[in-house]
Amino acid sequence: MAVLPKTIEESMDALEIARWQFGITTVYHFLMVPLTIGLGLTVAVLQTLWYKTGNEHWLRMTKFWGKLFLINFIMGVATGIVQEFQFGMAWSEYSRYVGDVFGAPLAMEALLAFFVESTFLGLWIFGWKKLPKFLHLLTIWAASLATMLSAYFILVANSWMQHPVGTQIIDGRAVMTDAWAVFTNVTALITFPHTLFGAFAVAGGFLLGISWFHLYRRRRDGIDTVDAQGRVVVGEDLSKGRRRDEVDYQVWIKSLRIGAVVALVSFMGVALTGHEQAKLMFEQQPMKMASAEAACHDGTGFSVLTLGDVTTKGATSCDDVVAVFEVPGLLSFLANGDFTTEVKGVNTLIPEYQEKYGKYYPNDESMGQYAGQEIDYLPVMEVTYWGFRLMITFGGLSALAAAVVLWITRKGTVPQSKWLSRIALLSIAAPFGANATGWIFTEMGRQPFTVAPNPEMGGIDQVFMYTAASVSPTVSAGELLFSLITLTTVYAVLLVVELVLLTRYIRGGVGSAMPELSHSTADGKDQSAHDDSDDGDVLAFAY
Amino acid sequence: MDWLPALWFVLIAVLWCGYLFLEGFDLGVGMMIGIGRSSEQRKRVLLNTIGPVWDGNEVWLLTAGGATFAAFPHWYASLFSALYIPLTLVLVALIFRAVAIEYRGKAKTAAAGKLWDAALGYGSLVAAFGVGAMLALTTLGLPLNANGDRVGGPFAWLTWHAVLGGVAVVAFCWIHALAFVRLKTDGPIRARAGKLFTRWLVPAAVPLVLWVLAVVLRNDSAAAWALLAAAAAALIASLLLAIAGREGAAFIALGAMLLAGVAAIFTAAFPVVLPSTIDPAFDLSIYNASSTPYTLKLMSIVAAFGVPLVLAYQAWSYWVFRKRIREEHIPAAHEVTSVV
Ligand code: HDD
Ligand code: HEM
Ligand code: HEM
Repeated sequence: MAVLPKTIEESMDALEIARWQFGITTVYHFLMVPLTIGLGLTVAVLQTLWYKTGNEHWLRMTKFWGKLFLINFIMGVATGIVQEFQFGMAWSEYSRYVGDVFGAPLAMEALLAFFVESTFLGLWIFGWKKLPKFLHLLTIWAASLATMLSAYFILVANSWMQHPVGTQIIDGRAVMTDAWAVFTNVTALITFPHTLFGAFAVAGGFLLGISWFHLYRRRRDGIDTVDAQGRVVVGEDLSKGRRRDEVDYQVWIKSLRIGAVVALVSFMGVALTGHEQAKLMFEQQPMKMASAEAACHDGTGFSVLTLGDVTTKGATSCDDVVAVFEVPGLLSFLANGDFTTEVKGVNTLIPEYQEKYGKYYPNDESMGQYAGQEIDYLPVMEVTYWGFRLMITFGGLSALAAAVVLWITRKGTVPQSKWLSRIALLSIAAPFGANATGWIFTEMGRQPFTVAPNPEMGGIDQVFMYTAASVSPTVSAGELLFSLITLTTVYAVLLVVELVLLTRYIRGGVGSAMPELSHSTADGKDQSAHDDSDDGDVLAFAY
Repeated sequence: MDWLPALWFVLIAVLWCGYLFLEGFDLGVGMMIGIGRSSEQRKRVLLNTIGPVWDGNEVWLLTAGGATFAAFPHWYASLFSALYIPLTLVLVALIFRAVAIEYRGKAKTAAAGKLWDAALGYGSLVAAFGVGAMLALTTLGLPLNANGDRVGGPFAWLTWHAVLGGVAVVAFCWIHALAFVRLKTDGPIRARAGKLFTRWLVPAAVPLVLWVLAVVLRNDSAAAWALLAAAAAALIASLLLAIAGREGAAFIALGAMLLAGVAAIFTAAFPVVLPSTIDPAFDLSIYNASSTPYTLKLMSIVAAFGVPLVLAYQAWSYWVFRKRIREEHIPAAHEVTSVV
């Protein structure tokens, strides 16, 4: 291999920068993704309810949440393209090594999911008055199901990196030998529902928080009041074409309740599937489990809080760690489903890994500065440890908020407490936090591998790849730094833009998504819901 | 199963044709909106001609990329890592373009509107240029070593080939967009697009023809020459049809020129997918860059099912939005005002 030699510092920088870039761009992409998946399904369900009942509040909900969905969707698209290109650009060695297996789900995602998503969403946005009602309803369902299908394909790809199956090494490359095994990888089958529930949790919290805000403002503006029993008395404010009428109240209270229920159910979903994942992780990536627990020694207890030096790596310093509060048996339950089996600690695992996969990186030019160096099998413990706990905590907080909100609003509106309104903010933010920390934990816990070896499964234990060997050999640190800075800057700017726009449309209420509301007079039921027969209309929607 | 890599070579050529044909006009429309000096109302007419379809068109690019990854991992790895800087710029351009299409109408101030227009216009321009440069380089060569990695530093790709390909695709997108706008609009916009189209068609096609010629000259083959001749004939036909006022036929003839031109390029290049300018022994070809027959077979089954389906529902979506758009159709901009 005639890889050009490069200086040691240079190659170290390149790897580190490439990792930062991948981490930043994917975490960012995954801010948009769960909201797209969750809101897409929400909108499809709401439109179905409107189709079935003809009730105007369902239409208004469809349009309002649909608008926010679109503002967010476009950012998901824009940032997704970066992901697709990045493997070839920054991780060319990885792409060469795994392309035979890993490229397939990516290509299928584009061909079978992205095309449906984008085409049918175009039909949905512009087809409001052009397509027959039922057909129009189907377009949003097609788009929404395609977002989930795309999640499945990409998670198959990612799960293969966590747990390579259906593969052999031929001529030094990973080669697919069993497509069925790849596409029904247990890891994928369980990661998929976990991630979907995580996405629904985001949508639930989003609905809840925004609806709370509108109900709160209705009360503050004196539109809704409460009677002696604390039950809501719904009022109207139709000044300046605002249309904060009774239907508007229905929109928010229904959205709030749906959001809260979805958030609660999703939390149960992530908890159940997460437990299954923990069991898999214990078999497939024992080191990830141990480092998520900051567990040096074998044991059965789940530490709720651990103090001491979990930051310094290495088997010896690990012994400084003190579990402050530990639930006996819980770790064993998470990992095995019983309370007694010991889970291996870091000190036991490191020699095992060294024996199986080697103590040193291959002394090969393609390893750059890592050639011949000792392999550090321990992921960054503070990240895995806190990543795991933060994911669960954020999820728990949002579920708690949802339960509290359901209780508080049982009489039909929200209290006029500024302090309690923070719950609304919390319920929006926490699920995003849970998703981000979940991914950071999963991906950084896999280090030092991009393709983690698969210890329990005979033959294919030898399919693995080090992150250090994955990066593009002749792409310079300077190039990577250029893209890292450029993309991060662009992303930061666009995040502000998206937040500003979302806020503006949220404050605009339903009228921001339904211009016809502010134009028509306040004569009771809206007619726009019914005049969809206008065939001569070229543009029902216009940019 | 020797023919599988060849089949995938053809399929990837088809995906690039689909991309250039479809996204070609919406990149061109993006440039017209962002860089031209039309009135706001006209810009909105232009934008609405591509509104429902541009995102679906862009997926052709993602699919071409994904299919290259799956079918020719070495091609994907070598090409994308060699073009690190230009592809970063393409990504930024595509990001801005996508976001601008969705957000430009939501701008509150004239200044913000101008910024979004610039993002849309230059985003489209840079994306078209970058994709053109990439395609020209994959057909004309890059300095690759034995492992398929680029040597010669971050700017080793910056050659006249890259510039030629970039200019060719930009010019094609622009002229193709004029033909498209002529089909999709009515009123003064349509008349103006028609005039510009007939005047500029031949000059705009020249760089594309030169690029095809460059590839065909390097890899002489009868089939490639025949396709090049077909492309030239289609170009002339398009011009004559346009002059005769046959808008639809002129659009199709221009599309035929593109398809014949791209087919000529790929035919001439076959079986090499990415030549090395250092040593022909390092060339990536369908034989040494492809995935295993097993993967290719799997992907073939998926494509046999997926590609016709995509074509069918995309065609349907064009049919649904087939009506011409006039300035009168564009509703007044909707002010979003806070109700709380
Ligand atoms: C669990 C779900 C999930 C995950 C882990 C990822 N994505 Fe994603 N992606 C989606 C779920 C999704 C989506 C829901 O389907 C999106 C979000 C917004 C959208 O338009 O579709 C999307 C958009 C999206 C697009 C634009 C599609 C279009 O133009 O319509 C591309 C190219 C990618 N993604 C590629 C990737 C890659 C290469 C990833 C891995 C590194 C990745 N995504 C992670
Ligand atoms: C969208 C959700 C995802 C998030 C938030 C995420 C997060 C991360 C993070 C934080 C890293 C950096 C780890 C480190 O450097 O220590 C990383 C690395 C990586 N991830 Fe993911 N990831 C996601 C999905 C995926 C998927 C779906 C794939 C594959 C299809 C993938 C493939 C990779 C690769 C190749 C790397 C680079 C090598 C490495 O540094 O480990 N990721 N990801
Ligand atoms: C009781 C609660 C939870 C448990 C036990 C749990 C468990 C897990 C485990 C074990 C993993 C790592 C899988 C692996 O690397 O092999 C994981 C990953 C992840 N978690 Fe959770 N989780 C919980 C709550 C949540 C919540 C509330 C969310 C988001 C709202 C969430 C989102 C994610 C995401 C996005 C990932 C990364 C993708 C994946 O590997 O599935 N989790 N979770």
